[in-house]
Amino acid sequence: MTHHEYDVVIVGAGGAGMRAALESSQRARTAVLTKLYPTRSHTGAAQGGMAAALANVEDDNAEWHVFDTVKGGDYLVDQDAAEILCNEAIDAVLDLEKMGLPFNRTPEGKVDQRRFGGHTRDHGQAPVRRSCYSADRTGHMILQTLYQQCIKQEVEFFNEYYVLDLILDKDPQAAAPGEDVSVAGVVALELSTGEIHTFRAKSVIFATGGAGKVFKTTSNAHTLTGDGMGIALGAGLPLEDMEFFQFHPTGLAGLGILLSEAARGEGGILRNSEGERFMERYAPTIKDLAPRDMVARAMANEVREGRGAGPHKDYVLLDLTHLEPAHIDEKLPDITEFARTYLGVEPYTEPVPVYPTAHYAMGGIPTTVQGEVLRNNTDTVKGLYAAGEVACVSVHGANRLGTNSLLDINVFGRRAGIAAAEHAVATAEAAAFPDDAAARVEGIVTRLLATVGGSGTERVADVRKALQETMDRNVQVFRDADSLEEATRVVAELKERYKDVAIHDRGQRFNTDLLEAIELGFLLEIAEVVVAGALARQESRGGHYREDFPTRDDEKFMHHTMAYATGEGVRLDTKPVVVTKYQPMERKY
Amino acid sequence: MTATAESPAVGEVQAMLVTLRILRSKPEGSDDHAPGEQYWQEFQVEAHATDRVLDALHKIKWEQDGSLAFRRSCAHGVCGSDAMRINARNRLACKTLLKDLNPAKPIIVEPIKGLPVEKDLIVDMEPFFASYREIMPFLMTTGNAPTRERLQSPEERARFDDTTKCIMCAACTTSCPVFWTDGQYFGPQAIVGAHRFIFDSRDEGQWDRLEVLNDKAGVWKCRTAFNCTEACPRGIEVTKAISEVKKALTTGAI
Repeated sequence: MTHHEYDVVIVGAGGAGMRAALESSQRARTAVLTKLYPTRSHTGAAQGGMAAALANVEDDNAEWHVFDTVKGGDYLVDQDAAEILCNEAIDAVLDLEKMGLPFNRTPEGKVDQRRFGGHTRDHGQAPVRRSCYSADRTGHMILQTLYQQCIKQEVEFFNEYYVLDLILDKDPQAAAPGEDVSVAGVVALELSTGEIHTFRAKSVIFATGGAGKVFKTTSNAHTLTGDGMGIALGAGLPLEDMEFFQFHPTGLAGLGILLSEAARGEGGILRNSEGERFMERYAPTIKDLAPRDMVARAMANEVREGRGAGPHKDYVLLDLTHLEPAHIDEKLPDITEFARTYLGVEPYTEPVPVYPTAHYAMGGIPTTVQGEVLRNNTDTVKGLYAAGEVACVSVHGANRLGTNSLLDINVFGRRAGIAAAEHAVATAEAAAFPDDAAARVEGIVTRLLATVGGSGTERVADVRKALQETMDRNVQVFRDADSLEEATRVVAELKERYKDVAIHDRGQRFNTDLLEAIELGFLLEIAEVVVAGALARQESRGGHYREDFPTRDDEKFMHHTMAYATGEGVRLDTKPVVVTKYQPMERKY
Repeated sequence: MTATAESPAVGEVQAMLVTLRILRSKPEGSDDHAPGEQYWQEFQVEAHATDRVLDALHKIKWEQDGSLAFRRSCAHGVCGSDAMRINARNRLACKTLLKDLNPAKPIIVEPIKGLPVEKDLIVDMEPFFASYREIMPFLMTTGNAPTRERLQSPEERARFDDTTKCIMCAACTTSCPVFWTDGQYFGPQAIVGAHRFIFDSRDEGQWDRLEVLNDKAGVWKCRTAFNCTEACPRGIEVTKAISEVKKALTTGAI
């Protein structure tokens, strides 16, 4: 075991983690711990763009962007946070451009912009060109650019270090309201050696990304297993709004691989088996560019009512055939290649089979607008921060708008990096780091390694598959009490089966078998919280749609969900939504 | 309850039995093999022609031998984790479908060459990233930054578009015969990384980077074998990028 001491430790090296590192490492001694090499992070899979009211190509302003974000989030957005997001968006894009990000350009040489779902001119009048982009690989360019800047600034990375525990100086749930609870550090497993490392730090930032692998059909990477959320929950911290999961409308049918909303921003049209542009019925004003929750539901509904395409009538079609091939090559090269590679479909001449795919967790670790992690509705944990998909600020409310997540990681990654470094500079000494800090992780690793050749009867892959299938079947676009109770039952059963899991690799080095077993533990915890929140929320709002409660109920449910893990299961509480300007209205497009 | 796409109905195909012949090694060794010793092991899996090689590897790991070690993440060719040598060519396991490989014959899977093997299909990537860092892969400018964006015409932006696509999977570098034999050579990826900035109209560090590439470990080691261009899963014209860098060095013009 090796012990390290830093001012700031950042967990995760995707967009949020590296944006934070660029700020933090200028101000304080910073280490970045990451399960994957930084360039492998899933920020790199984001495609369509990053929203900012630059008004480079048409009239636009940040206030319209705030309104769209709040309305798109079905009024569960904390409006003070959305104001920060949209006001700081312009500098966030310009900062990236100055770092060297190769945005597409207008004929005058400015950053080009295009249309995206839910982004409108003057409070819903018509689609507006707000997304700053680089072909359909904007996330790749952001990840590369931030990594390049980290090289320039000589940021210290611990690559393939898997953080498994968060050390606080006291139990955040046992502490009295108002009492100080501080971060002390983290415990990590070095994947290449199997060695356990402890990191004591004055500040810790969680930027570990999402948890899409709780579902079977997902655009998310294999590695997105909710680690940061699971660790927080296990440390006695709440998770906010986890029942709100975004299903991206256009995943490649059967595979879930993402096809950017930019396809529709550039003129693509969704059609059912009858060739009908069905979004005209669901969102008469902005049609195919309605927010993702509405489009995903519309697609699932077309399939359910028998208007799906294909031999099993189980998908709809994304039609790009009316676009010029040269235009497709320039603006959508990657996603059209995905269609060719994985489905053998030529998008120039054939419509592409698509179906909603689990894409993004609107919920996560609750934070203030400075990225400080909350341990209840009002108290923060001193020195602990979160940013990006793992966090819930909440700028996305019940449904995130496309292009607002690449924005989120830059705006709140930066804020968390500054806040964490300033806290570290102002703190004389980190909280005491207990001698037995690594005991929990050692226990987990030892227990799992001991299952090799033992009597355990369950395979990691079988339990995970059962979890993912039940989540797809019961907790996807449409939910009701029956489906959620079924999911509750299955997840509880799988948690029992998990105790009997055996792995097969006895090695210390690169034991990816052990890694997957640990990840599955986090997935099960997250799934339980998602289902509990969804069952309790007896209304339909944004990405959470209850067939037995098909309308939004502001009187009873205009609040965030705060979920805590207890010995007796998930405890749910509520937190008020911050409303500044925009009173809830009916959500029509 | 919910309508889900249970199975890929598109291009539905019969399941078949596929054999994978994998070059393995265990850093700690085993009863039959010394630590680090490489040995071949065959696995048979039931798969579909439209499955990725990565799917077949997962089937082995998840159903037969949990100790099989390989890196992967996004599973659709954008994160660069799973470059490996498949039937003697460097490719991404997640972007290679079984039907592209003649699944009637055993599929040969090895770690990429020229980097130290850590375990099974996992290699030490550090020397590769170290070469990338050498070429100063970040925008270099002088003077005060403008308040708005730096202007760049669409034509100037297009000039270096091809090399911005790089996902640093190392398929090119580890397919290069010069890289295999000459431990000093930066390899094609580092040159691609340099090209992306040398031909960016906003950058003012071109000559610093060209000086690095003019070094003995640099661009002149390239023997235009074209392996790199063939190996690139992103379709980057790597050899062309290298020759453009060479031309800039010989003509002194960019």
